[in-house]
Amino acid sequence: MLEIRNLHVTVDDKPILRGLDLEVRAGEVHAIMGPNGSGKSTLAHVLAGREGYVVTQGEIRYMGRDLLALAPEDRAREGIFLAFQYPVEIPGVANIYLLKAALNAMRRHRGGTELDAVDFLALVKGKLKLMDMDEALLYRAVNEGFSGGEKKRNEILQMAVLEPRLAILDETDSGLDIDALKVVANGVNAMRSPERAMILVTHYQRLLDYIRPDRVHVLALGRIALSGGPDLAQELERRGYGWVEAEAQKRHAASAEGPG
Amino acid sequence: MRIGPEEPCVPGFLSVYPSLAAQLPGAALPWLKRSRDEAFDRFAALGLPTTRDEDWKYTSVAAIARRVFRVEAAIEVSDEVRAVVLRHAIEGTQRMVFVDGHFVPGLSQPMPLRATLPEGARIGSLAQAVEAWADDVAPSFAAAGDAADGFTALNAAFWSDGAWIDLAAGVALEAPVHLLFVTTRSDGASFPRNLIRAGEGASATVIEHHVGPDGAGYLSDTVTRIVLGRGARIAHTKLQQEGRKAFHVADVAAEQGQDSAFLSHALAFGGQLSRAAIATRLGAEGCDAKLAGLYVGNGRQHMDHHTCIDHASPRGTSRELYKGVLDEAARAVFNGRVIVRPDAQRTDALQSNRNLLLSEEAEVDTKPQLEIWADDVKCAHGATVGQLDADQLHYLRARGIGERDARALLIRAFAADALAGIEHGPLRARLESLLPGALPEAV
Repeated sequence: MLEIRNLHVTVDDKPILRGLDLEVRAGEVHAIMGPNGSGKSTLAHVLAGREGYVVTQGEIRYMGRDLLALAPEDRAREGIFLAFQYPVEIPGVANIYLLKAALNAMRRHRGGTELDAVDFLALVKGKLKLMDMDEALLYRAVNEGFSGGEKKRNEILQMAVLEPRLAILDETDSGLDIDALKVVANGVNAMRSPERAMILVTHYQRLLDYIRPDRVHVLALGRIALSGGPDLAQELERRGYGWVEAEAQKRHAASAEGPG
Repeated sequence: MRIGPEEPCVPGFLSVYPSLAAQLPGAALPWLKRSRDEAFDRFAALGLPTTRDEDWKYTSVAAIARRVFRVEAAIEVSDEVRAVVLRHAIEGTQRMVFVDGHFVPGLSQPMPLRATLPEGARIGSLAQAVEAWADDVAPSFAAAGDAADGFTALNAAFWSDGAWIDLAAGVALEAPVHLLFVTTRSDGASFPRNLIRAGEGASATVIEHHVGPDGAGYLSDTVTRIVLGRGARIAHTKLQQEGRKAFHVADVAAEQGQDSAFLSHALAFGGQLSRAAIATRLGAEGCDAKLAGLYVGNGRQHMDHHTCIDHASPRGTSRELYKGVLDEAARAVFNGRVIVRPDAQRTDALQSNRNLLLSEEAEVDTKPQLEIWADDVKCAHGATVGQLDADQLHYLRARGIGERDARALLIRAFAADALAGIEHGPLRARLESLLPGALPEAV
């Protein structure tokens, strides 16, 4: 579903990703871990098409297409969903309006019909229940005055309504208490399917206690320094990120010297 | 400084007055003749303001001063005017139509107005009211000779008609009164004058609506005076949709009695040069004033809003929110004056002016002006000038909403909260249809 080859990305002319490779197939859940500043969120933003993140080398193919050629809205309509680390408040735009506009934009794009108000509301109410959210939140402005936990739940609610092919969750666990974390994880798990891929970007192993990934990758120095199964997350929890970074430094130094 | 006889506009008005005066409403009433003459002398002395005048610093009326406007005592009503009236009609209101400043009963609805009114409510043409109810009307003309600037003086001298709304104690008008001022003549000047009086506990919603053809460089010089008795409530919505080449200069002033509530919306969409002065004086204890505004400009439009909230008594609250959306080379001015006089203890005043600039060339001058003479008060103000928020734009796009739709949605969301408090459904719907930006088809 997603193939990333030798991805180099700069932000404000500073190299952040430096040769990242990643392949994610339909049905898989991948966790991207790593210390602060390792480029985890940059990867999430690049996939969503955020301005200011400049790809200087490499390619990203999504469903066989060149993802980088697509505008952010077209990526979304093609089934890419980013759950934002910091969901944006939009005063004056009702939550339910955004949900409906987003869903119908995607349906139109795919040549389908728009949902009418009754079917749409029925769909949303089902998803609200899954996320243990109050219906009143639908009629409030997008994220405005929402607590941290409400914002994160709202992201997963949007994801549940839009049913993406590829979901990227950027630090969705940060700032959540344990109950909220369980609700969020529950929502995510309910969406696991053989047709859907997920990328969980996270600093802590905690989220992975509730959402068991198929693969765990550790980012260091702008590329994937280490990959493994779900057990890798526990090892990182025990040993920290220092040793991975140190090994990455060594490899980096060795490759810089050349094969000699 | 003033613009006087050296520019064509002022001598144009000076020369027409002596012959016109005899044809103006109430010409045979000595008190009114005196009021008009005093105002005329005042205009002759003041001329038009210049940018050296602090209140007109950012708004040059040179384009007005260069022209000669025709003032005529009679009007014609064409079929075209009927179509304009129908287009601008607002459902569920009592409508009074004024064409080129003159009341046209045939276009007003429902007629006769009085038949549908509760007892104690008088609504009609000011020109008729000065004859029929001189004792009630006369006091509001007492200050005509003290007009603050040339435009209000000009109106006091030349006013042709306007609405007279007088509500006895306890009278609540259910349907809003829609005052529709239609200009038809290019190069014409019209001088509507409205008087609204609400007795103790009375309430009404008044929509003051100005429209005209796009191609014509006419002048609307309007004055509205509102007096609120104890516990009265007046919602005044001023909707400025003048033609794109028009000049519009408006002056709205309210005087509030104890525990009264004044709700003002000033919404500007048209005109090449428009200016609205909105003022209220909280003259007794416990008054509430809410002033909202929205100006939406593009092309080379210039829109100026000067507001003044005068807290003259204790325990008054005021809330002010003015928003602007400016595109292309549009220019706006917001000057928000809040006075808290020494007696006005426990005043609670908030002012906010927020501007969205959609192009590099658009410009706004925003100036809060707080004058606080009491110590036990809560006063805050804020002004912002910015562009569309890149994070919000990206967030919407990341949800599949196209860039154009996302921009339109954010512009609309920004502007929409200036309409808070508009209660009449059809009016609200009309105003929403005029908001910049748009809702994508989704809902």
